[in-house]
Amino acid sequence: MKLFWKTGEPFVLATGAALAIILVMSLALVGVVMTNGLGYFWPRELVKLELKDGTSLLGQITQEEKNPISGLRRLQLKVGNRDVFGQDFRWVDEKEIASRALPGEAVLLERREHGNYFGFLKGITADGMGLTAASPYDALQQAMKLVSVKLDSGRKIKQQMSELNHNAERLRLKLLKLEYSGKEKNAAAIGELTSIREKDLAEFTRLNELSTAAQADIARITAQFSDVAGGSKDISLIEIVALQRPNSMSFFAKCAAYLERLRELLLDDPRESNTEGGLFPAIFGTVMMVLLMSVFSLPFGVVAAIYLREYAKEGLMTRMVRIAVNNLAGVPSIVYGVFGLGFFVYGIGGSIDSLFFPERLPTPTFGTGGILWSSLTLALLTVPVVIVATEESLASIPKGIREGSLALGATKFQTLTKNLLPMATPGIMTGLILSMARAAGEVAPLMIVGVVKLAPTLPFDTNFPFFHMDRKFMHLGFHIYDVGFQSPNVEAAKPMVFVTTMLLLAIVILASSAAIYLRNRMRSKYTTSTF
Amino acid sequence: MAQAKEQNGSSPILSVSNLDLHYGSAHALKGINLDMARHQVTAFIGPSGCGKSTLLRCFNRMNDLVESARIDGSIRFNGDEVNESSTDVISLRRKIGMVFQQSNPFPKSIYENIVYGLRIAGVNDKSTLDEVVESSLKSAAIWNEVKDRLNDSALGLSGGQAQRICIARAIAVNPEVILMDEPCSALDPISTLKIEELIEELKSKYTIVIVTHNMQQAARVSDVTAFFYLGELIEAGVTRKIFTNPEKKQTEDYITGRFG
Repeated sequence: MKLFWKTGEPFVLATGAALAIILVMSLALVGVVMTNGLGYFWPRELVKLELKDGTSLLGQITQEEKNPISGLRRLQLKVGNRDVFGQDFRWVDEKEIASRALPGEAVLLERREHGNYFGFLKGITADGMGLTAASPYDALQQAMKLVSVKLDSGRKIKQQMSELNHNAERLRLKLLKLEYSGKEKNAAAIGELTSIREKDLAEFTRLNELSTAAQADIARITAQFSDVAGGSKDISLIEIVALQRPNSMSFFAKCAAYLERLRELLLDDPRESNTEGGLFPAIFGTVMMVLLMSVFSLPFGVVAAIYLREYAKEGLMTRMVRIAVNNLAGVPSIVYGVFGLGFFVYGIGGSIDSLFFPERLPTPTFGTGGILWSSLTLALLTVPVVIVATEESLASIPKGIREGSLALGATKFQTLTKNLLPMATPGIMTGLILSMARAAGEVAPLMIVGVVKLAPTLPFDTNFPFFHMDRKFMHLGFHIYDVGFQSPNVEAAKPMVFVTTMLLLAIVILASSAAIYLRNRMRSKYTTSTF
Repeated sequence: MAQAKEQNGSSPILSVSNLDLHYGSAHALKGINLDMARHQVTAFIGPSGCGKSTLLRCFNRMNDLVESARIDGSIRFNGDEVNESSTDVISLRRKIGMVFQQSNPFPKSIYENIVYGLRIAGVNDKSTLDEVVESSLKSAAIWNEVKDRLNDSALGLSGGQAQRICIARAIAVNPEVILMDEPCSALDPISTLKIEELIEELKSKYTIVIVTHNMQQAARVSDVTAFFYLGELIEAGVTRKIFTNPEKKQTEDYITGRFG
């Protein structure tokens, strides 16, 4: 027995077990998120339940569980039709159910508002559209295609309107600036600009009327549905996002519907206070914020590390700076958020506003949260990681390389740029990977310095200067929090939480993999030989 | 000035007088006086920690990298004082090349390794660089082995080849003196032989100072040998005389293997 302990065998086992536990936990994490998230888009069957008390229900079974006291099974049914029934979900005891059925003609409607509608199609009112299809269902599908074409042309008008609006706003600010600097002496310029602006506004009004009329035109096309309780409902085709008959869909049709939902998720805007629709703005915001953060923290961290390791004299001061840097990485992130608000947003942002955008005050431009301040705050949060990684990799370069370079008559700076930095790059990349992963997952400080629930515009668009650093943005991490805890309909939003988590994970893994790939390529180029 | 009489009248290229070096409180070199003649191979021998490498690193001011080092006394290179703050260290190091104990090729191609010294001096003309690469690789007797893979990484070379690349790299900037700090201690006997033959050839163009642990090596390659012990220069003179008829008892003991 004593020998058994002496061999060290148990400790090897213990180390293996520790590693196994970690592996299992991370796999479980990914697994839970994936199973909950990926299944969300699969078109589920609509079950019709006749209860013993005579009522009938139509919906998707979302959960089954055993009542811990009575031992009876009960089902959770998503019944939809929030505007009619008042609630999305219902629990039903199994013993109350008289019969179950899967009616083939049951329709699932994804709507722009009020969540899904489950029911049966009765007819369609589409005057002058020349629908040729025989059955109402086919006619509805045909009509939806026509409507989406019309909506697309409407979108072009909207784009024009947004440009006009942007121009008018710019002119308004210019006018304000001129007025502040002297109404009399700029009278000519003011008159000219005012007339241009009025022309813009007139055009805007004209387009707006056009667009409203077109909308009203399309809104007149409706379809009639009846729900399982017997009530009927007129739904405008504009309201309908997607139409399915999940009970009579083939496997491939379901796959197609699944992929369509995935596309919507990645490329569309969110709807219904973020519980439905896509995540594109949040994905875009997250990626752009992380990239901006890297642009700030990488050069800054590398330069600081170079000074600390190569130029600063080793001593009490250097040691203290190093400890401070290491501790900086451990400061709670919300503290950075508060600092970012006080220093970046109010301090620097406020000064920028009063210096460069005085005509817009008191409406702040940079003096409020935005993607620039968020990136800077997170850069501050992650810069210690970059510093530590860079210092470590500089320290691990063999002495011979420095001496060899210096002995050939290189200056310290030449040695640094020609030899040491290229060799340290893999280590620096490691730091960057860690800092990117950390920044992508950080939520708390962002809530203070620039993230919003719903950003009307992306921080990047086709209007000059393209990157709008002052704009607020959406972020996947905040999205999870918002959808999961702040949404009016938490139960309905649950799958969205998992889907968003999955996407956030995917983005972090993707970014890290790209950086790791780059690092490995460099590493094979710069490894020193040992013999 | 122990070997002054062997100088053939020409002025020494390197001349050390009353040199003391302290690492913090440790007295590493004690009152060294030594001259090195042009186009000769001078070998420094002695047991570990006797200060021979330290003295070598004084010649091209590599001890500047050691913060605790303090140097008193004088080293003259072609009559100019080395140990002055006004000395241009960059040009000094270009004139006094160095080869280290561990071969230290840069993680670049063989070609870029050789032209490193020229590039940092601002030479970027392709034909000049090509010429220098060929001539210095030939001088270092490694041209035939690497001429077909000049653009391969220098890290893929064997220890002996890498060391000769380092010698070629030092030669490429056309120095007057080449310092070698135990260049063969990490090499196998065949590579060692090649380096020793190379030293013999380089002697006609360069002045070589070599630190070695290996007394046979000193006997084989050097013209003048200096024996150090505990930071002091015990004896210096023509190699054959040192090895056959040393003046000091300590030298004799060391050479015959009684200690060290």
